[in-house]
Amino acid sequence: MRKLFLFFAMMTVLFGLSMPVYADDAAPAAAVTAAAEPAAPAAAPAPVPNKGDTAWMLVATLLVIMMSIPGLALFYGGLVRSKNMLSVLMQVFTIFALITVLWVIYGYSLAFTQGNAFIGGFDRLFLNGIFDPATGSVANAATFSKGVYIPEFVFVAFQATFAAITVALIVGAFAERMKFSAVLLFAALWFTFAYLPMAHMVWFWPGPDAFTDADAGAAAVAASGWLFQKGALDFAGGTVVHINAGVAGLVGAYLIGKRIGYGKEPMTPHSLTMTMIGASLLWVGWFGFNAGSALEAGGTAALAFMNTLSATAAAVLTWTLAEWVLKGKPSMLGAASGAVAGLVAITPACGWVGVGGGLVIGGLAGVVCFWGVTGLKKLLGVDDALDVFGIHAIGGILGALLTGVFNTWSMGGTGIIDYVNNTIVDTTISSQLWIQTQAVLTAVIWSGVVAFICYKVIDLTIGLRVPEEAEREGLDTTTHGERAYSM
Amino acid sequence: MKMVVAIIKPFKLDEVREALSTIGVQGITVTEVKGFGRQKGHTELYRGAEYVVDFLPKVKLEAAVKSDMLDQVLEAIVKAANTGKIGDGKIFVSDLEQVIRIRTGESGADAL
Repeated sequence: MRKLFLFFAMMTVLFGLSMPVYADDAAPAAAVTAAAEPAAPAAAPAPVPNKGDTAWMLVATLLVIMMSIPGLALFYGGLVRSKNMLSVLMQVFTIFALITVLWVIYGYSLAFTQGNAFIGGFDRLFLNGIFDPATGSVANAATFSKGVYIPEFVFVAFQATFAAITVALIVGAFAERMKFSAVLLFAALWFTFAYLPMAHMVWFWPGPDAFTDADAGAAAVAASGWLFQKGALDFAGGTVVHINAGVAGLVGAYLIGKRIGYGKEPMTPHSLTMTMIGASLLWVGWFGFNAGSALEAGGTAALAFMNTLSATAAAVLTWTLAEWVLKGKPSMLGAASGAVAGLVAITPACGWVGVGGGLVIGGLAGVVCFWGVTGLKKLLGVDDALDVFGIHAIGGILGALLTGVFNTWSMGGTGIIDYVNNTIVDTTISSQLWIQTQAVLTAVIWSGVVAFICYKVIDLTIGLRVPEEAEREGLDTTTHGERAYSM
Repeated sequence: MKMVVAIIKPFKLDEVREALSTIGVQGITVTEVKGFGRQKGHTELYRGAEYVVDFLPKVKLEAAVKSDMLDQVLEAIVKAANTGKIGDGKIFVSDLEQVIRIRTGESGADAL
């Protein structure tokens, strides 16, 4: 009976949200670049996206899918006890599917169409208006260069993978004890009320073509997301993805409580081989995540690519060294964790800082996140099972702040683009660092508050945690009715 | 007939098997086991969380042998499995009442 209720509850969530779609279908379709269109000559033919850019972005999208499944799933899966292996794989797998569907239904529209400074509108519900069956054409999405576009479907798919992996990241914090139904419900709620607003605040803008002169530029900025207006730099998702997910994880681990036997029974990773494979897939996939965030195949993508390679390598070395010196032995888990920490920290910075700055960011991330999962973790006293906060939130905060330090020319950074005058201008460390700090605080508070409410609502309705017996036996057999390994 | 049960270090298994084959032992049974003796356990560290591992992996081998071979067998195992370090293992010997080869129904020393 309870299961039936749950089914109806989920269906109501899905369809309840999609109902207004039919009413809105008639609304005029506005592309992401809509704000630019009135200024453009009406008779000009639609620009054709460059095939190289399109091909690269399709590949980048696939790489990010590979990061989630199987990359993240295996990275996390190897870290839990064998009795919970499938539950982690299953949670990551189904969250990926759930968020992708929600993204198509309303997520993309609320994140990447014009609304207010905090959330987008409903113009693209069900991806309405992107494909025109009459002409067989696909709308264009803006990139970061004037007159350069990619097919909007590619942008939708690329961003879908970001949303999906962000929600999947949270799973690590409450692994081995949360109810599967609660996981799915939380994923849908948090995605809607935390991920979509953050993505809109940081990343939505009308596109470079809108910046035709000073007045048009000012209007375009005013139409952008709240943190975009402030000038926050987040190339590939330090705030939107990592701080966002890390804080939600910490709140979840705190509210759900510690695993039974935490600190008394051994909770050793059941397969660090899987974890190493997962971390490696994450590293490779992250090139799509970071270099793909340039939205074009060009110099900026190459810079992001290079930073993703070298900063991560630096983090592997510093984490390993720190562990070796302070704990006595250099571990494989340490090296893999260092890689993920470096990848997280370079994410907001990769297209905005030089290679030297990237090496410093990566190197610091290895040490700071090592502290995040050891010293800070003890201080917090929360059973964040797979260290989502210690690595993703801490690494994300470090990367977001240091982006403000290393973006300036004197530190080897790129500066930022002045789209009105079509030049590159410098940033100053003090003011950019303050802007970055505001972005970090916004992400921490927004995600924290939303996550808290979501967990509480679930706790009071269907409950967050599996029964004690099920937790002891393992979620694989009790929740999913199967075992990862039959021996 | 005697039942010889030896607990040895896993990496010594091949040497012990060879030594037993050389002196004419026809078959042994091997199991991966865990246990502790004077060697005690060790500590493992995962992202700063320290776990004391009490039980160490060992190999248990069982061999049923004729009584007159016993001394030779014990000597072979001791010689092959010895590293001189703590944790080399132990050998347990007991009397064996009956052995039956399932295929033919032979019993006693003929079945060894």
